[in-house]
Amino acid sequence: MTTLGKTAGGLFWMFRYLERSENLARLIEAGLRISLTRGGAASEEWRSVISTAGLTEAFESAHGEDYTAAHVVNFLLRDRSHGSSVLCMTERARDNGRIVRTAITREVWEATNECYITVRTMLARPVREADLPDILGSIRRQSALVRGALHGTMLRNDIYNFARIGTFLERADNSARILDVKYYLLLPTIAHVGSTMDIGQWETVLRSLSALHSFRWLNPGDPKPIDIASFLILDGRFPRSILFCIRKIEENLHWLEREYGETCGSQQLARQLLGSIEQASIEKIFETGLHEFLQGFMVENRALAEQINTDYRFTG
Amino acid sequence: MAVDKSFFDEMFDEAGVPREAFASYYEWFADQDPAQLLKKTAQAEDLFRKTGITFAVYGQQEAEERLIPFDIVPRIIAAAEWARLSRGIEQRVRAMNTFLHDIYHRQEIVRAGRLPEHMVSQNSAFLDKMIGFTPPGGIYGHIVGVDLVRTGPNEFYALEDNARTPSGVSYMLENRETMMSMFPELFSSIKVRQVSDYPKKLRRSLSASAPPKCTSGKPVVAVLTPGIYNSAYFEHAFLADQMGAELVEGHDLRIVDGRVAMRTTRGYRAIDVLYRRLDDDYLDPLTFRPDSVLGVPGIMDVYMSGGITIANAPGTGIVDDKAIYSYIPDIIRFYMGEEPLLQNVPTWRCSEADSLAYVLDHLSELVVKEVHGSGGYGMLVGPAASKRELSTFAAKLRRHPGNYIAQPTLALSTVPILTKKGLTPRHVDLRPFVLVSPDKIEITPGGLTRVALKKGSLVVNSSQGGGTKDSWVLED
Repeated sequence: MTTLGKTAGGLFWMFRYLERSENLARLIEAGLRISLTRGGAASEEWRSVISTAGLTEAFESAHGEDYTAAHVVNFLLRDRSHGSSVLCMTERARDNGRIVRTAITREVWEATNECYITVRTMLARPVREADLPDILGSIRRQSALVRGALHGTMLRNDIYNFARIGTFLERADNSARILDVKYYLLLPTIAHVGSTMDIGQWETVLRSLSALHSFRWLNPGDPKPIDIASFLILDGRFPRSILFCIRKIEENLHWLEREYGETCGSQQLARQLLGSIEQASIEKIFETGLHEFLQGFMVENRALAEQINTDYRFTG
Repeated sequence: MAVDKSFFDEMFDEAGVPREAFASYYEWFADQDPAQLLKKTAQAEDLFRKTGITFAVYGQQEAEERLIPFDIVPRIIAAAEWARLSRGIEQRVRAMNTFLHDIYHRQEIVRAGRLPEHMVSQNSAFLDKMIGFTPPGGIYGHIVGVDLVRTGPNEFYALEDNARTPSGVSYMLENRETMMSMFPELFSSIKVRQVSDYPKKLRRSLSASAPPKCTSGKPVVAVLTPGIYNSAYFEHAFLADQMGAELVEGHDLRIVDGRVAMRTTRGYRAIDVLYRRLDDDYLDPLTFRPDSVLGVPGIMDVYMSGGITIANAPGTGIVDDKAIYSYIPDIIRFYMGEEPLLQNVPTWRCSEADSLAYVLDHLSELVVKEVHGSGGYGMLVGPAASKRELSTFAAKLRRHPGNYIAQPTLALSTVPILTKKGLTPRHVDLRPFVLVSPDKIEITPGGLTRVALKKGSLVVNSSQGGGTKDSWVLED
C-alpha cells in the first residue's frame, strides 16, 4: 500500500485538530481556576484566554467587551460562528478521520468517532458553570483515548509519522502562543531579580500546559520566572516544551526520510530549527527578547508546516 | 402465535409452528428473556453508532447522520432454497452481461426483433462511447445486486436489478459481525454460511479483470468515492479498508503517461482497477457532464486504450433500467437458450397504450415506478395512496407514460421483528450480492435483508423508514 498525499494531509490535520481542541480545554481549565480565585480580575483573565486562543476579534464582534465566564466558555467550547471552538475542531478531526479511515486502525477510528459523539452530546446545549469541570475533563480524556489507540494499535510507519508531526507542530505552536501572551508578566521580574512576581499568573501558564506537577517535581521551592520559561522552552524532558516538540517533529521526519529514501526541504528546515533551539540558552533568549524569540519561532514553525505540506503532496 | 394468513410468514407456518429453517433458532429464542433481548437491540445500535455506520438522507438539509435500524431476529434461508435461488441469480446475471456485450456490439437481440430498437437508442443509460468497445475480461457488471422478494414457499421474484453501483454490502457484513459478537452461542450451535470473505473475493474478482496495460502480477486496486459527504461513504471506506485497496477521490487522480494515477506522498502512481462508486455522468467531465468535479478528466480515453479497468463498466446501467427489466426473461431466453429460473414480477410498460389504459384503470391496486428512479423515490404504492395522490399520479402518467412501469402489489413475505410486544411480522426483501469475473460468478450466501419497520408497510428502503436484518443461509 502507498500513502496518498491527501491521506498524509488528513492524518496531519486530524491530529492537529485533536491537539488543538485538547489544548483549548486546558486553557479554559486554567482560566476557570484563576477566575474562581481572583473574583474581580476574572474578566481580565478571560480576556487573556480569548487572546491566547487568537480569537479576540471574533469574540468582540459577537459579545463586545463582555468577557464573562458564560460568554467566553460557550464561545470557546461550542460556538460555530468562528470555526475554532472545541465542537468545530472535534468535528473536523472526525471528518479528517473519515477521509483517512483506511489508513487508521478500527480502534483509532472508533475512539475518534466516540470523541466526536461525546463532545457533540455534551455541547448540545449551553454549558453551565457547574458542569464545566466534568466537560473539560471529558474532552481531555476523549483526546487521550484517541492517542492511546494510536500508540497501542498503529504500525510505526509513514502514516504514524504524519499523525505525530501534526500533533507536535500544533503543540509547539500552542506552547509558544501561551508563553507569548503572558510574557509581559515576566519582564519586570527578569529585569529586577528578586522583585515580587505574580505567582498566580505563572501557575496559570503552567496549568494551561499541564506542567505544574512536572515543574514542581524538578524545581522544589519558590518558582523563579526564568526557570519556568526555561522549562517550557528548553527542557527536553517535558512533552509540551518547544524543544521536545521540535525534536519529535525532527525524529518523525527522519523516519519518513528513511522509509522513503529521500531527503526533502522539510528535513533540512526541521534540523535547522532544532539546532537553533538546542543551542539556545534562556539567558540569550531573554537578551534578544522573549517575545521576539517566540514570534520568530512561530513563523519558522508555520514555514515548516508549509514545507511538509509541499514535500509530501498533501494538496497537489 | 397469531399468524396473518394473507402473507407468507417465513418463520412460522400457518399453525404457528416454526418452519424447519427457523426451528433451532426458535428453540433458542423461546429460552431468552425478552427484556434482555430488547436491551441487546439497544446495544447493537450503540455498536453501529460507534463504528460510524451512518448515512445521510437525501432531501433533508442539515440532517443529522442517521443509523439504519437493525433488528436482531435473523432471516434464515434453508440450504436447498438458497441453492435453487443461486442458480436463478447466476443465470440472470450471466445473461445480463451477455446482453450488455451484445447491445454495445452487433445488437443481435434487436436484429432478431426481441427488443425494440428505441429501448436501446433512446435510453439515457446507453453510452455511445462504449459502442464497439469490450471492457477488460469482457465483464460489464462486476458487482451486481439482484433484489428478490418472496410471496410463498417456493415463490421468489426478481424485483429489481442493480448493476450500476449497488450498495448495502457493508451492512450485510456489519450486521453479521454484530450478531456474532452479541450472540456467539447461536453461531456455535447453528451452522451459518460465512459472509466475511466478501471483501477478499471482491478484490480477487476485480484483480482478475485487470486491464491489458497492467503488467505486474499484482494489480493496484482503488475505490473511487465522491467523498465523505456522500451517503454511502461509510461503505466506500469500509470496502477499501477491508480489501486493502486505496480509497481515492477525483482530485487525487490525474492522467500520467496514459494511465490513471493517484497522488501519493512520493508522486503519482498508476492504478489498474478502479471500483468506482460514482455514476457514469460524473466519471469524466471531458466525455460526460462537463461540470463534474468528482471524476477524472480523460479517464475514458485511458479506459479505451486499455490503461484501466472501470468497475462497473460505463454504460452498464442500461441493463438495470426499469423499462429493460420487463424484457429480462426474454433476454435470458435469447442468450442462454433456457427458461428463466427466477421469475420476473409481471410488469406493464406504460409506454404501450394498452398497458397504460389498464394501469390507469387499476391504479389503486398497483405499484408504479419511475423507469429511471431508485431508492423508493418517486414511486406510487396504489393500495396505500389517498384519492388525491392517485389522481395526481394519474395525471403524471398521462403526461409522460414512457417514464413509468407498473407492477401488481405483491404480497411480500414477512419475517418477525422483535418489538416490546414480542415477535411481530414485517415485510422483507433480499439483496444478494453477485461478483462477476472472467472465470466465475460468485454469490455471497444470503445478502442484505431489508425490512419495512412500519406495520403493514411494503416499502423497505432505508430512506423510507426501512431497517435491516442479518440474513443466514444454513450449511447443508
